[in-house]
Amino acid sequence: MLFHDLLFWVLATITISSALGVVLLHNLFRAALLLVLLFLSIAGHFFLLTAEFLGVVQVLIYAGAISILIIFAIMLTQNVQQGNLPNKLQFPVLFVSLALAGILIFVLSNTNWNLVQSLPQGSDILNIAFHNTTDTLAKLLLTNFALPFSTAGVLLLASLIGALSLVREK
Amino acid sequence: MEFEKFLLLSAILFCIGLYGALGRRNAITVLMSLEIMFIAVILTAVAISRYVATQALTSDLANPSEATMQTLLTGQTFALFIIVVAAAEIALGLAIVIAFYRSKETIDISQANSMSE
Repeated sequence: MLFHDLLFWVLATITISSALGVVLLHNLFRAALLLVLLFLSIAGHFFLLTAEFLGVVQVLIYAGAISILIIFAIMLTQNVQQGNLPNKLQFPVLFVSLALAGILIFVLSNTNWNLVQSLPQGSDILNIAFHNTTDTLAKLLLTNFALPFSTAGVLLLASLIGALSLVREK
Repeated sequence: MEFEKFLLLSAILFCIGLYGALGRRNAITVLMSLEIMFIAVILTAVAISRYVATQALTSDLANPSEATMQTLLTGQTFALFIIVVAAAEIALGLAIVIAFYRSKETIDISQANSMSE
């Protein structure tokens, strides 16, 4: 358990500092590379939460595909030197996000969560339910969530066509 | 604390993303901050699905059926769908950024004011 905690805090430090780097760094290209680091550390969090399939999907889709897309867009727009400037709403927005962070932390520490571990036989249930999440996820996707699953395919097709028609030379 | 630390992390991530999405001028930074906010929401869904007992599980505790056990994984399924939507969003967003750069030669979103002129 101690090792689990230690791993979490190391990963959380990497996550928060790379997120701050993405938002604050002046050089856009370095910000995009820190975004990749952020995605990888989040994959580590998924492995800590026994969501191994999601961790692999995270590495494949976010750290692989989305970061490549973002780096391509940075290259195509040739705006790395101009950098990452704040706009005139910077200080109100900073205040709002700090206030939101305060509210969220207050709410999550004052909620009485109904944790599975605190139930009788809770740890047995967790061991069975999270034994092999890839199998269970596949079953859920093709039974209970079959309609959203096929809708997601249609959404991806529509966004593919939309992106192509937006960037096509007229 | 074992569970709340994940929510704490994703609350902080969400607020960093909110600051970046609203307080910066560069369109690509705004998109990257939106990705940070998506990631925070996904992390919340997965953490809640790992630790919080559902209503069905609590009422069916003596002999939980397989379907009840599967409800524990609903959060991970939601996370998968959020990942799909985020991928579609980022592809379209970057396409719009490139189309905008073609017409205005900049990706500063404070220049995106043609409709207010």
